[in-house]
Amino acid sequence: MNIATILDMAAEAFGDRIAVVSGATRMSYAELRAAAQRAAGAIRASKAAYVALLDVNTPAAPVAIFAAAYAGVPYVPLNYRLTKAEINELVERVAPAYLITSGDYRALLQPRADVQVVDRAEFLNLPDSLAEGLPEPGDDPRAVAVQLFTSGTTGKPKAAILRHENLMSYIVGTVEFAAAEEDDAIVVTVPPYHIAGISSALSSTYACRRMVQLDGFDARTWLEACRSENVSNAFLVPTMLSRIVDHLSEEGKGANLPALRSIAYGGGKMPLSAIQRAMNLFPQVDFTNAYGLTETSSTVAVLGPDDHRAAAASEDPLVRKRLSSVGRPTGAVEIVIRDEDGKPLGANQPGLVFVRGGQVSGEYLSLGSALDADGWFSTRDRGYLDDEGFLFLEGRADDVIVRGGENISPGEIEDVLLSHPAVADAAVVAVPDEQWGEGVGAAVVLKENARASVAELQELVKQRLRSSRVPQAIVFRDALPYNELGKVLRRVIRQEFAEAKPAVSA
Amino acid sequence: MAVALKAGAKLKSAVCDTQLMVVKAPAGEYDIRCGGVDMLAGTATAPEGAQLDPAQAGGTLIGKRYVDAEEKVELLCTKGGKGSVVLNGVAMEIKQAKQLPSSD
Repeated sequence: MNIATILDMAAEAFGDRIAVVSGATRMSYAELRAAAQRAAGAIRASKAAYVALLDVNTPAAPVAIFAAAYAGVPYVPLNYRLTKAEINELVERVAPAYLITSGDYRALLQPRADVQVVDRAEFLNLPDSLAEGLPEPGDDPRAVAVQLFTSGTTGKPKAAILRHENLMSYIVGTVEFAAAEEDDAIVVTVPPYHIAGISSALSSTYACRRMVQLDGFDARTWLEACRSENVSNAFLVPTMLSRIVDHLSEEGKGANLPALRSIAYGGGKMPLSAIQRAMNLFPQVDFTNAYGLTETSSTVAVLGPDDHRAAAASEDPLVRKRLSSVGRPTGAVEIVIRDEDGKPLGANQPGLVFVRGGQVSGEYLSLGSALDADGWFSTRDRGYLDDEGFLFLEGRADDVIVRGGENISPGEIEDVLLSHPAVADAAVVAVPDEQWGEGVGAAVVLKENARASVAELQELVKQRLRSSRVPQAIVFRDALPYNELGKVLRRVIRQEFAEAKPAVSA
Repeated sequence: MAVALKAGAKLKSAVCDTQLMVVKAPAGEYDIRCGGVDMLAGTATAPEGAQLDPAQAGGTLIGKRYVDAEEKVELLCTKGGKGSVVLNGVAMEIKQAKQLPSSD
């Protein structure tokens, strides 16, 4: 078992179909395979233990994923937004390595004898002779296909490992081979070092779908790429979708994307108001919410297009609420909710989310497996399953506010704050409280020229939820801190509350 | 000839281009044939004179998953060919396509 099979199958069945578009470059599936096999020859000759990529998203990313698989070494994409010191620390951890990079990123690397640095352009144009005599790719299902350094908030980044069996299980379990139509195309904006960047390349290849790569994200470029390439599918993180919706609202014109049929989103919490606006703006588009983690080889639950429409149209508040769920398990995995002691919980009882299945690796290099004896992986996300198995997430276990023994999820309070017409953004965190241990704090960003008082926002939460959910401290900010993928950095906000007495307090 | 089917293992037809990958199979021994002839493990070579049985030439399709009646055994066709796949004397069926929306 080897993920190289995915590309072999696509090249065998649809060799002439365009696999990747990046600027003026267009590569067919046959060319993608040829490039990956040439690169595999170069990698084998280099005696590298890893294939590393320090670069934005270009055809070199899918070529490197499959080249590593043909060569039988793990692929490890590095986060090019890290500092020079952090990048070199990671390079040291994967040496001896064959490292693909370009332009400015090359200057960040300290030269090492045990790292062969190759420029992207050269990597994509290696001589054909390198592919000659390439042995059959290894078929050990336990071999490591991909290693991803997680963005740990404390300490050194952990190296999550995904084996060929994990990724193949994900692809075979969730994607239908050659499911894409001849003209289908997906626009990819997630960076190559994110799990969604890996799974997107594998899924698109298995579906034989054209990938349109952008090396960064802004709403205008995204819309232009969708139009010029007649894009049918897109994957976005929630902040990207919000920015597209904002951009179109500012322009005051319609979306004008007749080819666009499907938008999948994931990688963070989508505010209810944002998905509602997006559905109104793109009435013909199928929306899919995907929930997954690095350690689960990407998606484990989906809220599909029919679920979105049923929830939006329903009069039943319990069905309507599902628009803010992440849907149901894909069928390739099982999901259960357990309490702190590991006891399984019933429907509607919040606890910790556990996942099990062939695609779940739950494994870190040199730390070993985080799976329990029965193969369950604790996601460290809190949530519950409703009566029909829809999964509602309440945030990371570490983000839950424990106020006098009561667990309070930041998400539901944020949704209420965001429903106020003057509120542009909001993040709710735990603040120290002498009486309750923890209390509710909120950092709020107001829309330009809009006003809302602390008392007014507190009253809104009290009406919609209950008094224990009312933020005891609300601070107004110009912007909230985000990481590059649009995840709000609650840790930073929590620290601000802990260090400074809030300017406004009730 | 009875063989074990290990998840991830590759099988190829002795008489056509068919190649299969084991997605899942309960432990045990299986008689697996393509085109009427025992399938071969990844690197094995076909016995001399092996011929496709015209009665077993329904063909396989790349990307389809072949299952037994209980869907306990599942094989992915990684390369199509002319022969039909038969497990323990019973023709395998094509598993219904997944209905999941594209999520990435």
